[in-house]
Amino acid sequence: METGNPALNLSVFAVFVLITLYIVYRASSRNVTASDYYAAGSSFNGVQNGVALSGDFLSAASFLGISGGIAAHGYDGFLYSVGWVVAWLVGLLLIAERLRNTGRFTVGDVLAYRMKQRPVRAAAANATLVISFFYMIAQMAGAGGLIALLLNVESKVGQAALIAVVGAVMVFYVLVGGMKGTTWVQIIKAVLLLLCVTLMSVFLLGKFGFSVSSIMETGAEHNELGEAVLSPGAQYGKSFISKLDFVSLALSLVLGIASLPHVLMRFYTVPNAAEARRSVVWATWTMVTFYLCTLVIGFGAMALVGTDVIKAAPGGENSAAPLLAFHIGGAVLLGVVSAVAFATILAVVAGLTLAASASFAHDVYASVIKRGNADPRKEVRVARITAIVVGFLSIIGGIAANGQNVAFLVSLALALAASANLSTILYSLFWRRFNTTGTLWSIYGGLVSCLVLIIFSPVVSGGPKSLLPDVDFAWFPLGNPGLVSIPLSFLCGFLGTIFSKREAHTRKTAEMEVRAFTGVGSGL
Amino acid sequence: MTKALWSPVETRQAHQENSGFATFADPDVPSYVDADGKPDFELIRDSDDFRLLRRRLVLFVFPMSALFLCSYMTFVLLSAYAYDFVSHRVFGVVNVGILLGLGQFVTTIIITLTYARYAKRKLDPQTKVIRGMAGLPD
Repeated sequence: METGNPALNLSVFAVFVLITLYIVYRASSRNVTASDYYAAGSSFNGVQNGVALSGDFLSAASFLGISGGIAAHGYDGFLYSVGWVVAWLVGLLLIAERLRNTGRFTVGDVLAYRMKQRPVRAAAANATLVISFFYMIAQMAGAGGLIALLLNVESKVGQAALIAVVGAVMVFYVLVGGMKGTTWVQIIKAVLLLLCVTLMSVFLLGKFGFSVSSIMETGAEHNELGEAVLSPGAQYGKSFISKLDFVSLALSLVLGIASLPHVLMRFYTVPNAAEARRSVVWATWTMVTFYLCTLVIGFGAMALVGTDVIKAAPGGENSAAPLLAFHIGGAVLLGVVSAVAFATILAVVAGLTLAASASFAHDVYASVIKRGNADPRKEVRVARITAIVVGFLSIIGGIAANGQNVAFLVSLALALAASANLSTILYSLFWRRFNTTGTLWSIYGGLVSCLVLIIFSPVVSGGPKSLLPDVDFAWFPLGNPGLVSIPLSFLCGFLGTIFSKREAHTRKTAEMEVRAFTGVGSGL
Repeated sequence: MTKALWSPVETRQAHQENSGFATFADPDVPSYVDADGKPDFELIRDSDDFRLLRRRLVLFVFPMSALFLCSYMTFVLLSAYAYDFVSHRVFGVVNVGILLGLGQFVTTIIITLTYARYAKRKLDPQTKVIRGMAGLPD
């Protein structure tokens, strides 16, 4: 499959990187305090942050993965995209405003507010690091596949070198730009991506006489499954276990997305709760538009490119959107779409690196090691060093995971986020009796049960598609553990609280409650 | 917020005796700011105004969350377990399942807009009242 001119793809990408690097450099001029570095001095408005938030969500997995999923499996791919839109309501109704009012830089700020600082912050940081690591590996692995397609780099060594370059640029964004630079990269990328998918969708709709039904019908004719792709079951199958697995995945999606640490951290970049709300409303609009477009693009790729061609291309399903771009806009549009897709990976990984490094520096270094007496400048320096370490690890992880199934890795990260973070955040915001023991039980209960179930699932061993296909120690039948681990973490938090001594932090509890609901006491 | 209404050494009682500010001396209008000029969080939390805000918020967001979770899980469960129903064609090749999925987009928009409106009308003004009690500007 000819995929345009690699030199052109590369130069469009290079131009994009140069422009964003310049912006990051300009944005960084006043990047001195911890607040500047972690939360962009809370200087973004709701609209800007809303666009950046959707940028955080529009990862390689959602842009390439979901449009590819729809192109290959039709209805089942579409099911996946619905979860990404509905999930915003969790953030809007339950989390965004209270989080903004209560915390400053990290999830640990909120969870540890009225609890014993050191154990809770350590637990929150552990959860953040594990979740971010899974998510990051997925992004970096996606970068490998994308590079193979776009730059015609077939050798594993060449791909590894390019993953390293992607990782290095990303670390540079984070080191120099901090949250402000990273947010600007997200905004630019999200706007470009939305323009791309909207124009492509309008073009496709025009080509098929503005009839969605006609696109889907032509698509089904060019899919080896025929009209079965228009109904559920093409990807997830029809056995009892596979259906249950799908329900588990759907639950992890809807509850996990708004619990991802790098998404939660984004709520701190706005000045107050009302702006946090506004940013989610804006993000909802952009996401609804985007995922409606992926439906059109997915079926359009099925119809115009053909599922067999997509599956045979380097990068497999993930190449549906770039191949469609090449089909309708030639090498230039392919170059633009590839540059945007690259930028997506860069920006999302930068956000993850920032979340992980903030969590380590702010929760572990400043609160656990220095017991809250760290010099803020030193804390930022620790955050920068952590960013380099995290960047290095993710390059290694990305090279190792090159070729793995991206969407699947993401779904595990979402299950982890929903299990460790959601229950704990909701309890500490809305339940007065909730205490330190409950917090630790729900974080570790969710995190550990989720990890254990992943290890003993068919994903790791026992099946032809497993990581270790030759051994079989899988006793948990589902590929996604969310259906068990999410309710379990709620239960753990409840039992841990009920069976431990009531804590007498009445003042702190009142302070957190008033602060979460009104912003009084937060200096906002 | 950091502006101290009283200097830290003075107790609130002493201040009330010495100063002639009717607002603070009047027992009918409790001040929600303590002797250090910091908000008295326990007093605020137990006030009727805060209870009202909390009730308005909780009684909106939890039922709404239950609603969208139920509607989403209904769509998911129907897709998984009611194959014939969701495959039923409505127009062209567009079937019930696709329409239910698009329906989720619509409910998401409706809930988002409803909440934004509710927050603006019922929550933000009440928050303002409490921020005023604590001596904060809007």
